[in-house]
Amino acid sequence: MSGQMKGLQQRHDFGVAPVILFLSIAVLVIVVAVPVLLILFNAFWVDGRFNLADVIKVISEPDTYQALINSLIISAGTTVGSTIVGTFFAWLVTRTDLPYKGFMKAMFLVPFMLPSFIGAMAWKMLLSPRAGFINRFFMREFGFDGPIFNIYSYAGIILVEIMYLFPFVFIQVCGALERMDPTLEESARISGAGLFTITRKITIPLVLPSILSGALLIMLYSMAHFGTVAVLGIENGIFNIPTLIYQRIHQSAGSFASIRTGTVLATVLVITAAFIIWLQGKILTHGHYQIIAGKSFRPMELKLRALKVPLFIFCIAYIAFTIVLPTVVIFLVGGLKTYGLPFTWENLSLTNYKHILFEYKLTKDAIWNSVTLGFSAAVITMFAGVMISYVIVKMKVRGKGILEFLGMLPFSVPGSVIALGVILAWSGKYGVNLYNTVWIILVAYIARYMAFSLRANSAALEQVHDSLMEAARVCGASMWQTLRDIVLPLVRPGMIAAFFLIFLPSLRELTVSIMLYAPTTRTIGVAIYTLNEDGDTVGSAALAGIALILIVVGQTLINRFTARKGAK
Amino acid sequence: MSHVRLVSVTKRFGDVTAVNGLNLEIGKGECFSMLGPSGCGKTTTLRMVAGFEDLSEGEVYVGDRLISSPAKNYYLPPEKRDFGMVFQAFAVWPHLSVYENVAFPLRIRKLPAAEIEKRTKDALASTNLLPAANDSPDNLSGGGKQRVALARALAINPDVMLLDEPLSSLDPHLREEMRFEIKDLQRQYGFSILYVTHDQAEAMALSDRILVMKLGVVQQIDTPLNVYNKPANKFVFSFIGLSNFLELAWNENGEPVLSGESGSSHTIPSGLLPSDVARGAVGTPFSLASRPSEIDFVSAESGEGLKGVVSRKSFLGEIIDYQIKIGVQEMRVQKGRRAPGPEVGETCALRLLRPFFYSA
Amino acid sequence: MEEIIKIEGIVKNYGKHKVHDGLDLAVQRGECFTLLGPSGCGKTVLLRLIAGFEQPDAGKISIGDTVVTDPAGGVNFSPDSRGIGMVFQDYAVWPHMSVFDNVTYPLKLAGVSKDEMLARGMETIAMVGMEGLDKRLPSELSGGQQQRVALARALIAKPSLMLLDEPLTNLDANLREEMRFEIKELQRKLDITVFYVTHDQEVALAISDRIAIMDDVGKIRQIGSPWDIFESPADPFVFSFMGIANFLPVKRSGKDYLVGNGSQIINWEKPSNDSSDWVAGFRPSDVEIAHGGDGLRGVIKRASFLGATMDYLVDIDGTHLRTSVETHEALAKDLMFKDDEPCVISFRNLLWFDAESLKGIEKQLEGKGAMA
Repeated sequence: MSGQMKGLQQRHDFGVAPVILFLSIAVLVIVVAVPVLLILFNAFWVDGRFNLADVIKVISEPDTYQALINSLIISAGTTVGSTIVGTFFAWLVTRTDLPYKGFMKAMFLVPFMLPSFIGAMAWKMLLSPRAGFINRFFMREFGFDGPIFNIYSYAGIILVEIMYLFPFVFIQVCGALERMDPTLEESARISGAGLFTITRKITIPLVLPSILSGALLIMLYSMAHFGTVAVLGIENGIFNIPTLIYQRIHQSAGSFASIRTGTVLATVLVITAAFIIWLQGKILTHGHYQIIAGKSFRPMELKLRALKVPLFIFCIAYIAFTIVLPTVVIFLVGGLKTYGLPFTWENLSLTNYKHILFEYKLTKDAIWNSVTLGFSAAVITMFAGVMISYVIVKMKVRGKGILEFLGMLPFSVPGSVIALGVILAWSGKYGVNLYNTVWIILVAYIARYMAFSLRANSAALEQVHDSLMEAARVCGASMWQTLRDIVLPLVRPGMIAAFFLIFLPSLRELTVSIMLYAPTTRTIGVAIYTLNEDGDTVGSAALAGIALILIVVGQTLINRFTARKGAK
Repeated sequence: MSHVRLVSVTKRFGDVTAVNGLNLEIGKGECFSMLGPSGCGKTTTLRMVAGFEDLSEGEVYVGDRLISSPAKNYYLPPEKRDFGMVFQAFAVWPHLSVYENVAFPLRIRKLPAAEIEKRTKDALASTNLLPAANDSPDNLSGGGKQRVALARALAINPDVMLLDEPLSSLDPHLREEMRFEIKDLQRQYGFSILYVTHDQAEAMALSDRILVMKLGVVQQIDTPLNVYNKPANKFVFSFIGLSNFLELAWNENGEPVLSGESGSSHTIPSGLLPSDVARGAVGTPFSLASRPSEIDFVSAESGEGLKGVVSRKSFLGEIIDYQIKIGVQEMRVQKGRRAPGPEVGETCALRLLRPFFYSA
Repeated sequence: MEEIIKIEGIVKNYGKHKVHDGLDLAVQRGECFTLLGPSGCGKTVLLRLIAGFEQPDAGKISIGDTVVTDPAGGVNFSPDSRGIGMVFQDYAVWPHMSVFDNVTYPLKLAGVSKDEMLARGMETIAMVGMEGLDKRLPSELSGGQQQRVALARALIAKPSLMLLDEPLTNLDANLREEMRFEIKELQRKLDITVFYVTHDQEVALAISDRIAIMDDVGKIRQIGSPWDIFESPADPFVFSFMGIANFLPVKRSGKDYLVGNGSQIINWEKPSNDSSDWVAGFRPSDVEIAHGGDGLRGVIKRASFLGATMDYLVDIDGTHLRTSVETHEALAKDLMFKDDEPCVISFRNLLWFDAESLKGIEKQLEGKGAMA
């Protein structure tokens, strides 16, 4: 049946690999490496010479020094608080007989979706010393002399950050506890240990790496966090590194001294962040225990007995107070005719929302800008990400280690640093001037979100086993045909995931946009923030409300989409 | 003297009855295995004895001490039962050293420090783990981890040892080695073993008695040799080792006929059936069970054997594996590599050395 | 006989690790050739060199009359231009394509017309026993069915050479048994050459015309028919790789050959030369165990009932050997020994190996449970 082996024709694999590799390196160098290098260069290189003394001088200025200390205080407080809250709730919903655990778990994840600066605004409305609704209520009804709580304080900032950041620990610890082999705990039980002893001696130590890794993530985030401190701190002169960078750059319109202060502070941030990422990597690779279940039984549930009802009420109260209340306040204030009026039916209407959506040019532009910027950044990053991931995951070439490093770099580079780097690179100093255009924001978004795309696409590509591609090659497909017919269709879910992972966060982005916006290039985040700063609290709240709706609807759609994919 | 006693133990999960009215008595120092396919209820039974599952009905005793009884609303939690237990996935704690893993049950019992050290070292010594005492269990192989789990279970010198597929996660050669070690430890410490497995060779090699279970119902409780030699029913026969089932029925003349075809030409010699088989009504189906290794080739002319055609013959090293077509049915025969046998396509006749009769 | 694969002087290194160092091998047209070896021995590397997924550091590979790999001559055919079919261990069927699309992909690339594609696609799908499943997605198929799709895909372009890389390893035991016969059937029916790589000696024995045994450093120890390899192994490595093997140390003392350090004479044809240190190799089935009579006297160290067989570990003057008796036979002939019972061992077959030749395969023997 099969005849003679016909004379084979030699074909080569030429061209494809170098082209992809070159493009990948070019993208990452231009978008990521150049801005970061320029920051380091500007920080340490003065008048053509390496200069460390000046760096120290900048850091020892009282303002900068204070900002460093503040960043440390706030991130330390937030980390400790979030870790305790997150671990406690995770343990509660996975290892006890608390009622309605599924619902609770879903609710504890809600703060993940909500932008914390909007939350901060809500808390400002509730607890600002003079005008806060709660403070006023207590002063009016119970005759307090002063506010019961001043949100413009370290404690206020830390508490608000905890509310929005604890899910990082919660989700990690929940995952670890759910996947943990129940026989690890059962074997302790049969050894004679009671449930509390097991929790203390076995369960908690085993998930400690997950707790720490979540805690470090929070620390990283909080160090570089702009929104909450900007909304709650500036009033009382509390600056952290990102807000100080913003303030310097913003006030001085790009003077040399302010840029230098900015780059030095940014360098401190980058170094700290790199250290945290390194530490996290170490914990993840060395300290991570293999505790995944083989056989699955239901893990043991601790009977809460007498504590059951009090803990249930506590959880409900926590959810109501930290998640429902601020959200409701945003929507109510957004409906008020004027800020300061009581919440009565006469004072509430949809007029503001209509105004924001259809009449007010500034907010209309902002919504349009955010949607188009987010969409473009997501599409570009998605395609660039799949290409670079392919090089990193699938190609055997020298130098891909550098690609991996460059691609993941933005994870450790805070948004304000990226923004500053982009200003340095694209303000005309090197021939291209994008400053004051939307393009500079787009470039910054791409740099900021590239790591998200790489992560999603790499994960998808890891699933595409080499043999799937090799099978196509022996079927007679060339390298390009293999990419077109096999690889791209298979990583499509990863690409779509990458798209949404970028599109949604960019809708609420503040840290980068605030440094780069021009009067006509406000984004939603910038518009909310500036309206609030300019005293248009009502307009700002209405826009925030609209943003919340956009985000929640978007997130729900993705969850639907990914759930259906997963079920298949 | 019975040591662990289960009295009409039943376990239901919703509408599913996982274990149905199980009565069981395990003697002191006995090694008792529960064998069955996955989902047969053997693990559930073990977990009820351990106390990780409660009973829907029935009672569990250790000696004359009641440990579980839903009727009397009595339930002794697992940590109070003083059993040793080893799990399939090792379940050694990676954050504790080998030594601390083994010392854990002793520390929980707040024994004096010297006593803890002595007993821990004894348990480590009898599992050959002393050199690894200060290592992290993560650095040990699967077999090493399972030894740690064994040592930990031994440390309190329990009367009852519960083993839940302890060897399934090990590779075959280690599995064999470990099962001898378990046996040796039992001799040394004298505990009773309740052993759960789906591997029949393992159960055979280890046990004094075996319980074969299917869908929560006991099929047979007997010594390994009896389970192999006198399987109580078709299920037990097929679960223990390779098996052939020839489907037959009685014809008008009271002769056995191959099922799936018509005509008298497919009667088989009555001499093939076990001698004590009584004839059934016309058309009553039954199965004739045999093991591939317990079949001989006989001369096709003698008219004694079961006639068939060789459809496949493969050399597998020690044995040669034949597939014989008997009408529309197939049988497998395995002979040693030097034994003479027919070639593919040839007609042959088979003699079943030890056939078993099961009514369908 | 015509050679379809010719491998000459292949050298392949990964960094400092030498996988192949001047390997030669030839496969004849139309045969089912199996490369059998322990995991990590470099057999898969060789297959990938033939397919063109890896490049050798030196040496030449020809398929048919064409040199497809020759680094010295600058020849390197890409995998898609070698005209081969290949089946992978993990099936490698494309999850986003239906069975039909998977199977006909090679035809689509070759620009075959729609009608012909339909006809040949359906024919090939039927050939591997997958009729009616052509519209299914791989996720709706079992492992065995996926491997059938992979087989059909490799066959549809009618290659004269098929490379199979442990295609049955991921299947469960029953399916593995069934599939190996089907592969053999297809190979015969389509008259193609099969180059099969595996570590499973049973599969190799069952399907091959010839087997090459590769040791853990990538050296080929023996090439021959399954019967030859099993019955006349070239060395202890091959012997122990093909099944449970006993190696009993034997010392020459004058004219006598004594087992272990004892004084019992082993009763078998003498070895070919008069070296003093020997090893007697035999399989458990080569041993006859009895209560009395002629033979080596020993003691049952451990008797294990395993269902179909009784497994005995026998101690003869401090050395151990392993044998087994089928349970029905043991019952019939009163051979159910208990621990510590004395017994007598004689041999049906025995191979002499130079004691030196066992060195270097200790790792191999470990786990076979023989030299306890």
